[in-house]
Amino acid sequence: MKPRDKQMTIDEVVAQLSDGMTIGIGGWGPRRKPMALVRAILRSDLKDLTIVSWGGADVGLLARAGKIRKLVYAFVSLDSIPLEPNFQRARQSGTIPEVVELDEGMFQTGLYAAAQRLPFLPMRAGLGSDVLVNNPWIKTIASPYADSDGAFEELTAVPALNLDVALVHLNRADVHGNATYLGPDPYFDDLFVQAASKAFVSVEQIVDTAGLTVDTPVQRLLVSRMMVDGVVETPNGAHFTTCTPDYERDERFQKAYAAAASGSEDWDAFESRFLSGDEASYQAAVAAFGQEQ
Amino acid sequence: MSNYTRAEVCAAAIADAFKDDGEIFASPMGMLPMLGVRLAKLTSNPDLVISDGESLFLAGVPPLFAKGDVVEGWIPFRRVFDVVAYGKRHVMMGATQVDRHGNQNISAIGDFAQPKRQLLGSRGAPGNTVNNRTSYWVPKHSTRVFVEQVDIVSGVGPKRAKEAGVAASKYNDIHRIVSNLGVFDVRGTDDTVRLLSVHPGVSVDEVVENTGFALELPSDVATTREPTESELMIIRNVLDPKTLRDREVPNA
Repeated sequence: MKPRDKQMTIDEVVAQLSDGMTIGIGGWGPRRKPMALVRAILRSDLKDLTIVSWGGADVGLLARAGKIRKLVYAFVSLDSIPLEPNFQRARQSGTIPEVVELDEGMFQTGLYAAAQRLPFLPMRAGLGSDVLVNNPWIKTIASPYADSDGAFEELTAVPALNLDVALVHLNRADVHGNATYLGPDPYFDDLFVQAASKAFVSVEQIVDTAGLTVDTPVQRLLVSRMMVDGVVETPNGAHFTTCTPDYERDERFQKAYAAAASGSEDWDAFESRFLSGDEASYQAAVAAFGQEQ
Repeated sequence: MSNYTRAEVCAAAIADAFKDDGEIFASPMGMLPMLGVRLAKLTSNPDLVISDGESLFLAGVPPLFAKGDVVEGWIPFRRVFDVVAYGKRHVMMGATQVDRHGNQNISAIGDFAQPKRQLLGSRGAPGNTVNNRTSYWVPKHSTRVFVEQVDIVSGVGPKRAKEAGVAASKYNDIHRIVSNLGVFDVRGTDDTVRLLSVHPGVSVDEVVENTGFALELPSDVATTREPTESELMIIRNVLDPKTLRDREVPNA
């Protein structure tokens, strides 16, 4: 007997989400983001979401669409375009009701705490900075152990970032949810899925289980099926972020996105050209855009 | 006029900020810091550990933005956080604002609840500054950057670290602030920013005029050293043959 088959469609994943949920989005900034799933949320009626993300255009798009009630982030950036224009616009016009800005290491610690079912984990990051001033609900805690000078250090008690749902995008998976990353960095996708009550993995390609390690070191198996509730094959599903080695960031498209988002080009035209249809029409529009050089 | 540029002076001054670090991970954010760190590795401190800025430790010292070199380690983001806590790291970050007490802001300008201008977010600055040596690079020294008090404290200066307690202060080490005009530290009276040297061709008055707080001045201000012939050769022929450095710091 084989373990169960968890293949789903994009729409079936979105049907598992509901208003007010806390959703963690894997990847890092403009790298290996589950953009096909993010685009599906844009098309849905979902609202009042809490989004937890080392953010890139995922945050920018969801903010622009008014989907975010609360945002937990350490940065939002497109790398080659340092400031994400839709995120800037939302912050400067006050359209995200609640924001929690953390240090980027605190973010990892918060995911660890959630993954380990702990209420918090201690670390130094945050101490003395406005992260603790702007988030007065984040407390400090005294070490019960003296340091070498006899002092009891007062550390940041980083709260667990418990997620209702994690959405991550990897390179390959089997139908059961075992998944590999083939690029330079695992980012924190294993932590996202373990910090969540439910986890959905989109991938460039679904292969059979033996195929996952046929030409790939076993250490690249980042996510185990026991952490996964659904698997979706979404080729080019991280577009326009990186998905090395399947593809790099689409810098030309990102420029067009940023120009529209910042208002130097027309946002409505961008939205109707690329974001008004389903994933297949998005990919067709992107392919057409790629032809016009 | 001398036979070196302001950008080259800055690169040598940045290299000097890393020369006594020994065998640690040098993390430059931005182009001039990357140039300065690689210059230090090829001159004063060959033990520095450097990365490609993505996920690899590089055994060699490639030119700016070049790919492909001998690899000596793996440093994905999760391991960067490990090294931050381990402490063997010196990061040189940018600063949209830096204040009299050496606090840094890269989060937002204005009120945090609804900023006038949203920037990156605090990134790793809060964690860096209470864990490992941190320096700042300011390519355009002005009263908009050097302010009395930053709007949002991302990077923690020594005074605030002490006020936050020993857990914050024991590893707080704001080493240098290098700008296009001079070199500074935060070891002035009451943990304030102090001028260490002005770059060749820059007057103390010019630095003071472009600084929005009372800068501590030594009785005798030094001049930042000139880059050596061999440093200029390395910068021009090896690390930055395309002269990218002049885009960040136009020659004065």
